[in-house]
Amino acid sequence: MKTDMILAGVGGQGILSIAAALGSAALTNNLYIKQAETHGMSQRGGDVQSYLRISDQPIYSDLIALGKADLILSVEPMEALRYLPYLKPDGYIVTNSTPFINIPNYPDTKELMDTLEALPHRIILDADSLAKEKAGNIRAGNFVMLGAASPFIDVPFEYLEEGIRAIFSRKGEEIIDINLKALHAGREFALNFSIM
Amino acid sequence: MQKKLLLGVEAIAQGAIDSGISGVYAYPGTPSTEITEYIQGAEEARTRNIHREWSANEKTAMEAALGMSYAGKRALVCMKHVGMNVAADCFMNAAITGANGGLVVVAADDPSMHSSQNEQDSRVYGKFALVPVLEPSSQQEAYDLVRYGFALSETVGSPVLLRITTRLAHSRSGVETAAPLNENKLKLPENKRQFVLLPAIARKRYRLLLDKQADFKEASANSPFNRYTEGPDKSLGIIACGIGYNYLMENYPDGCPYPIAKICQYPLPRKIIKTILSECNHILVLEEGYPIIEELLKGYPGDKRISGRLDGSISPDGELSPDIVAQALHLPVREGAPVPELVAPRPPALCNGCSHRDVYNALNEVIKTYGAGRVFADIGCYTLGALPPFEAINSCVDMGASITMAKGASDAGLFPAVAVIGDSTFTHSGMTGLLDAVNEKSPITVIISDNESVSMTGGQNSAALGRIEAICRGIGVAPEHIRVLNPVPKNHDDLCRILREELEYKGVSVIIPRRICIQKARRDKK
Repeated sequence: MKTDMILAGVGGQGILSIAAALGSAALTNNLYIKQAETHGMSQRGGDVQSYLRISDQPIYSDLIALGKADLILSVEPMEALRYLPYLKPDGYIVTNSTPFINIPNYPDTKELMDTLEALPHRIILDADSLAKEKAGNIRAGNFVMLGAASPFIDVPFEYLEEGIRAIFSRKGEEIIDINLKALHAGREFALNFSIM
Repeated sequence: MQKKLLLGVEAIAQGAIDSGISGVYAYPGTPSTEITEYIQGAEEARTRNIHREWSANEKTAMEAALGMSYAGKRALVCMKHVGMNVAADCFMNAAITGANGGLVVVAADDPSMHSSQNEQDSRVYGKFALVPVLEPSSQQEAYDLVRYGFALSETVGSPVLLRITTRLAHSRSGVETAAPLNENKLKLPENKRQFVLLPAIARKRYRLLLDKQADFKEASANSPFNRYTEGPDKSLGIIACGIGYNYLMENYPDGCPYPIAKICQYPLPRKIIKTILSECNHILVLEEGYPIIEELLKGYPGDKRISGRLDGSISPDGELSPDIVAQALHLPVREGAPVPELVAPRPPALCNGCSHRDVYNALNEVIKTYGAGRVFADIGCYTLGALPPFEAINSCVDMGASITMAKGASDAGLFPAVAVIGDSTFTHSGMTGLLDAVNEKSPITVIISDNESVSMTGGQNSAALGRIEAICRGIGVAPEHIRVLNPVPKNHDDLCRILREELEYKGVSVIIPRRICIQKARRDKK
């Protein structure tokens, strides 16, 4: 059991909440985990990434080697492409489709989507709309993304549910429920998507 | 014992709490900030009332920690690598005084300069001061080495330097903690002259430090954190320091075929190094930072058996990675698809609504009259004013250098010369430079862009809060040339007018645009 993934986004988009849920899930189930993240200067609206590794065997490196990632989970479409050199030939990209435009030279969105669609193993979804529609809260988008990535993460799905319960335990049942619904909506989308 | 999921820096903090520290002293700086923040948030720290307030700078932090050690209690000091330069005066001399209560100094290095202006290697400071250096390879070792470091510090009576780098600092893993120790009781040094470094005493203390080197070497030789591992293939031996060890092992999931010397404690364990040198034909040294061990082993004649950064097996600059180590070992690197050309760089930027934006908008408009190249800036979020769309500043060197560089340029004849500095950087190291300028009536304009927070590192409390005008008046800036205003777009014209007036003034003026950091304001609301 081993998954190496890169979480990608822009500073302030909250990719670390996804990492926190996975981290909690791994730890309570006695799996090994390493999760390296970006702090400091680049957090100010710059590109941010987190290397997340889960295994039932000890893990050495905090970083993932080029061409070794099983999965890129990106909450922003252009950022998904930035880490392609890390992805295995048969690795998957799961990305949100909503661009975060804070630079003047952001690529043409049609061209960007065409580039993403042309990739062999990718799931592109509008996490914000799904979060609003299925979970009733647009802010649960990150857990729609985790749900959509879940078929490619070699960890039992129940562990992810446990992880969400754990990290939101202080916020009450309602918040837990919203994020669990988001997780399920994302997973459902991905399972249907890959059948197509 | 239950495992906790901790960043490397958090593991250090928990290790220090469990070592029975009575105080942590620090100034924020990436990648060291979260050590102190973790202790500030820890329930044990509140219950025990561990000292955990921020210091004005790394030197005051180091000195206060030395004072706590003098009084027999355990103290932790934390800083980023360039903070060591600020603390160095005390750090170097603390090696001569020695420690009474355990004293561990954490230096968080930033190779590849993710958030820094250089990639200096703090192990050099350890060697410079002649104190033991610890360098963990994992989060668990970070926790264990802090506990070990406090014990070592008290056994050998010396400060101990713990050196980490960015990737360990900001990576999380499961950490097993051990039973917490009680704090030391107040106990003054037996020798009441130990800390009095008058030449006659300092000479004796220095000889004592030189004599202690044998103890430090013995501690390294017996350290459970230094290890020689046999390997069947003696064509190569690998010396792997700190997290270099992880990148090595990552490349050999089924076990490394070569002998390995894993180094996490200095001075170097001579026996292990001699063994690997005599057993193996060729040596590869993996160091995250400067080629310190490599240079030592290679020697001036340049022993060709020794490889690493000096012979180009590894790039001379930048952090290590699994791929860089793979290449040095001639293992294949199978890079995935290239980054499509349409992917644009996304550099960090000042937040929308940030007060520094209003300051730079006004400054750029006014400075046009005089021509570019006269704005000396400092270390903080406002350094991002160097990037488009502002491109407003011409220097960023070290904490406080804005004011003194503006003064020096003005001494050379540049008029007007402008300094841009943040509130916390001003109290860190800007005040003394302002005094120089006041004493010489230098015609400079100092903009203290006050957002009431140490923002780049996450909005810690600024030591300058509510004090800046009083400090400037106390230093001797004429009250009529201390100008305060709220930098919002509707005050743009006022800010431009004040800038024009003060730029023309042939003495020291201070303009204080004051508006709270919008990130901090948001967090405070929660």
